[in-house]
Amino acid sequence: MSETASRTSPRPFRDPASESFPARLALIAIAFVFLAAFLVLPLVSVFFEAFRKGADAFWEAIVEPDALSAIRLTLLVAAISVPLNLVFGVMAAWAIAKFEFKGKAFLITLIDLPFSISPVISGLVYVILFSSHSVLGPWLKSYGIEILFAVPGIVLATIFVTFPFVARELIPLMQDQGNGDEEAAISLGASGWQTFWYVTLPNIKWGLLYGVLLCNARAMGEFGAVSVVSGHIRGETNTMPLHVEILYNEYNIGAAFAVATLLAGLALVTLVLKTILEIRFGAGNAAGKH
Amino acid sequence: MEVKVSGITKQFDRFPALNDVSLDIRSGELIALLGPSGSGKTTLLRLIAGLEQPTEGHIFFGDEDASHRTVQERNVGFVFQHYALFRHMTVAENIAFGLKVRPSAKRPPKAEIRRRVSELLDMVHLSGLEKRYPTQLSGGQRQRVALARAVAIEPKVLLLDEPFGALDAKVRKELRRWLREFHDRTGHTTVFVTHDQEEALELADRVVVMSQGKIEQVGTADDVYDTPNSPFVFSFIGESSSLPVTIRDGHVLFQGESIGIDESGTGEGELFFRPEDVALTAEKDALYGKVTTCRRLAGTRIAEIDIANNGHEPYHLEIEVPLNAAVAVGAELRFRPTRWKVFGKK
Repeated sequence: MSETASRTSPRPFRDPASESFPARLALIAIAFVFLAAFLVLPLVSVFFEAFRKGADAFWEAIVEPDALSAIRLTLLVAAISVPLNLVFGVMAAWAIAKFEFKGKAFLITLIDLPFSISPVISGLVYVILFSSHSVLGPWLKSYGIEILFAVPGIVLATIFVTFPFVARELIPLMQDQGNGDEEAAISLGASGWQTFWYVTLPNIKWGLLYGVLLCNARAMGEFGAVSVVSGHIRGETNTMPLHVEILYNEYNIGAAFAVATLLAGLALVTLVLKTILEIRFGAGNAAGKH
Repeated sequence: MEVKVSGITKQFDRFPALNDVSLDIRSGELIALLGPSGSGKTTLLRLIAGLEQPTEGHIFFGDEDASHRTVQERNVGFVFQHYALFRHMTVAENIAFGLKVRPSAKRPPKAEIRRRVSELLDMVHLSGLEKRYPTQLSGGQRQRVALARAVAIEPKVLLLDEPFGALDAKVRKELRRWLREFHDRTGHTTVFVTHDQEEALELADRVVVMSQGKIEQVGTADDVYDTPNSPFVFSFIGESSSLPVTIRDGHVLFQGESIGIDESGTGEGELFFRPEDVALTAEKDALYGKVTTCRRLAGTRIAEIDIANNGHEPYHLEIEVPLNAAVAVGAELRFRPTRWKVFGKK
């Protein structure tokens, strides 16, 4: 702005912490272009490839028995591991947020462990634990229980990889809320369970849903750890991500992308739900402040 | 319900929060636990409620030893400092909570709960707000919801932790009067914690003055103000000044000279008196010092006085002087305490 202009009319007020208009425009543009190139474009191409040969070919790839089996297995694995992690996650978060005990910092580190090591390693751990050369593997086998290259192994690996989502989401939330409401509930005569159902759970429900959502997305999409323990038996131990990989390796690009659209669709649904939850969760949080 | 606290010690990580505390609370009494932060008053309240377990000692409800009873079994109404209202429940649901969670044999029927809730709402002057959520209420309203919720379970004792701490001065005053009326009407044995002496003195039948995990004095407002039994109570309640003195032959000596007041006992001690309990005098044997400031305070005048201390930092104290007295800044003033107490003598 020129000297004369500033003398005749005062400069419009600008928030001192914000940038000038061109700078803001540039930053926003870069962010959008980057997202478009690295996220939206691949997503669009997934759908494009899937439908390149028409809706019929797409449908065929989905209802093909191996694909259906992979979908069923993925749903089964998620249906087992998500509820278990929901329970474990709430318990761990409860313990960490509400009690003081020795080894608390260690427990928090342990919860983060699956985040910090490569999923392939997580899978390998189960291979070492349950392979025919291990102690546990043959012993379980003598009872007719197969862990490795079977559904139990896939479930175990998935639980391991997705464990932190619920706990991580709840710990800061529960720490922030403290014990006040629980103390009020028990002073009014509520039992431990009543306190949990009527007071604690409603207080954490949005955070919990959010954690479960992320946990579910990861459980269905997990590739590395599951790939190591599954054994890739078609129609038996293939989950959707593994099935996509097999199809792709067989140069069955159309079918691979068709199944991939289901996973991408799941991601989109998760994203939408997550956004809705964030709005609700945020509003709930703001309202929760006294 | 009488509450008897007997020889209670509470340690947190080896740091004692309460040290051998005993207290008898009479049935129907409104009692204040007053003390600075860290004096253990909230800990004592939480121990009575059962929210903490004592390291040593017992708590009796009536004749029954409640020390090892759970919070639920003790049936106390507890009003938390920040109310701890359930934010996902309406006002009515909050108040009904304690009745709703009762085991089915003891739970009143739904219609009865509704009736109790509306009765309580009426009692705390909140009728018409039953559908509101806690976030839609003012601080004073939340306070009263918390109280109604605590009273709904027909508690044996009502315990309030800094009940007015989070409210502004005007609402505080109103609620204070309201709580007194509420107590007189319902007759609950009530214990409340406060660090505000005005609140304690105005509201309570008896005040328990606490300091550093111990009870210093228990008494009515008159007792603790007029006859404090320790230097702490004297300086904590109201305004006071203190000077080191020696007692010899029944006379109080300050810096080796008589100040014209008599006291039994002997040896060194600490002389305490209140600003209003002094009289100006022309006589030689009195306290004297230089007036540093003089200010008008409502109906009286306060003079700040420095008393020389042999080259050390002078003793600084405040006294009340009559409005018509000629007091000039920089001038010397002679005065004697008319009511006083000497602690520490033999």
